[in-house]
Amino acid sequence: MHSVVCIKQVPDSAQIRVHPVTNTIMRQGVPAIINPYDLFALEEALRLKDQFGGTVTVITMGPPMAEAALRKCLSFGADDAILVSDRAFAGSDTLATSYALTATLRKIMETRPVDLIFTGKQTIDGDTAQVGPGIAKRLDCQLLTYVSRIVDLDVEKREIQVERRAEGGVQLLRTATPCLITMLEGTNEMRFGDLEDLFRAARHDLKVWDRAAAGIDAVEMVGLKGSPTVVSKVFAPKPRSKRAEIIEGSDGDPQGLAVALLSRLFTQHPKLEQEIAKRAV
Amino acid sequence: MSEQPKKPAKKKVELDPRFVDYRHVWVCIESERGEVHPVSWELLGEGRKLANALGVELCGVVICGPGERGKSICAEAFHFGADKCYLLQDEVLQDYRNEPYTKALTDLVNGYQPEILMLGATTLGRDLAGSVATTLGTGLVADCTELLIDTETRNLASTRPTFGGSLLCTIMTQRHRPQMATVRPRVMAMPEPDASRRGEIVEVPFSMIETSIITKVLEFIPDDTRDKPNLPFADIIVAGGRGLKNQENFRHVWDLARVLGAEVGASRPVVQAGWAELDRQVGQSGKTVRPKLYIAAGISGAIQHRVGMDGADLIIAINSDPNAPIFDFAHYGLVGNATTILPALTEAFKTHLAQAKKTG
Repeated sequence: MHSVVCIKQVPDSAQIRVHPVTNTIMRQGVPAIINPYDLFALEEALRLKDQFGGTVTVITMGPPMAEAALRKCLSFGADDAILVSDRAFAGSDTLATSYALTATLRKIMETRPVDLIFTGKQTIDGDTAQVGPGIAKRLDCQLLTYVSRIVDLDVEKREIQVERRAEGGVQLLRTATPCLITMLEGTNEMRFGDLEDLFRAARHDLKVWDRAAAGIDAVEMVGLKGSPTVVSKVFAPKPRSKRAEIIEGSDGDPQGLAVALLSRLFTQHPKLEQEIAKRAV
Repeated sequence: MSEQPKKPAKKKVELDPRFVDYRHVWVCIESERGEVHPVSWELLGEGRKLANALGVELCGVVICGPGERGKSICAEAFHFGADKCYLLQDEVLQDYRNEPYTKALTDLVNGYQPEILMLGATTLGRDLAGSVATTLGTGLVADCTELLIDTETRNLASTRPTFGGSLLCTIMTQRHRPQMATVRPRVMAMPEPDASRRGEIVEVPFSMIETSIITKVLEFIPDDTRDKPNLPFADIIVAGGRGLKNQENFRHVWDLARVLGAEVGASRPVVQAGWAELDRQVGQSGKTVRPKLYIAAGISGAIQHRVGMDGADLIIAINSDPNAPIFDFAHYGLVGNATTILPALTEAFKTHLAQAKKTG
């Protein structure tokens, strides 16, 4: 039983600030974390390892600093970690990213077959949910997105049953392994590694693969060249043509403020008054 | 779509000659188990504008199981603005499954060559869009909030939040076709249906046999929707944010919502802190809403929240910071402490409604 979990190191979006004048991202001091959605994928892989034995390999594509995210995964209990890092990957969109990760997975499979591939449902910086499906299509394996529960796994028969979140309900699906699973959030709780895991993670001989080591010959398939999408501009949204009308009053008199708002609201929007009266019976 | 926004493109990129004949705007009509997802009609409304700007047809793609329902979905699509519908019906398409749906849509695109293909950013749409875009090797932009045509190049300019919702970016697919985009439910307005509109149905055969499909649907367990909040379709929403300081104060949001017969919404930090459940999160990573009235209490108005509620008819913001971004796009603003203003508002509405009832 061998699971590979694809993770991404992302800036902690809760701590991202935009410069008020230049509208640029102030990257300094923003901590890098493991994409929180990926932790549900990792935990699920570790649970299967608890149950069936085997190994869990964690991979990521990113700059050298992403090594920290992989070591963190090792400390949670992953057995092996590969950082795929090359300047040629810079500027990759999701199509190019799935190409590079698929090549890496194929390289891994040359020495050790893979039963399950896990990803989070999406990242918190890109929010696209496209890399998982991309890898599954490129590997020509079955894709199970938004999985809320692994119901059954038969390693020998290469068969898996899962519950998948669909619109308006849950699908119970059965498919063959190897397959790619994108794990839904809130489906499990990440374990803490013990001290031994922490030492092991720190000492681990983490592999760093460049483009050649990942088996990517076609340089035009990765980076900016391999990315059909192009960002034409990054900007802050415009305010509405008019800023909010500030209802005047004193902070010490919330009642006065509330009454002033209601009177303004209902003279300007009489229909809204009917709407509220109708509902609030 | 770029996970890491890149430097703006400087030089103009020409369309690959393979794609110069790709024409028309397509919307994938999502119908899981015979029920059309409303986002499909919202997309037709937006697709109509794009098709008009390009001077081309707007086409719906209906992929579903056999039976009469397929044609009635097409008829409805015409009411919402489609000129033509491609209809693929087969036993193996009864339930959504990635493999046959990806093959159905990919083959259709290769056969009829649209320049734009849009899908709803639902669990089905995202699963399918990511697969089809990879199979076709084309660009896909997720969760767009604005779609415009660059008439000179016929490129689709897709705008979406970036950096976890702190800025917006515009993305183009310059060399490849179709240009793919997904849009979250309720981001675009629901178009007014015109029951007199008719269109052409093109029935396309689909040949895939069940034994060749590896994934099987064993069961579909419908959600229990009783007592579940339905924010996307709520008319009035009272939402609370971090400015309420603690979970105890969040009850003021509930109190006002009860008096107004409103749904309760929450910002991302509040949901992360556990003061409200995930179903109530409004914003890019939560629900998109279009109520008649949205009251935001203690919410600063970061882009990631704004894109989820910008479509509200009327926004009232309560915030202690007079420079909070929410006052840039709210209609009425109350500068002050939300924890004292909310109870005052609740009382004022209560009194007003009681009086209106008496006199009314």
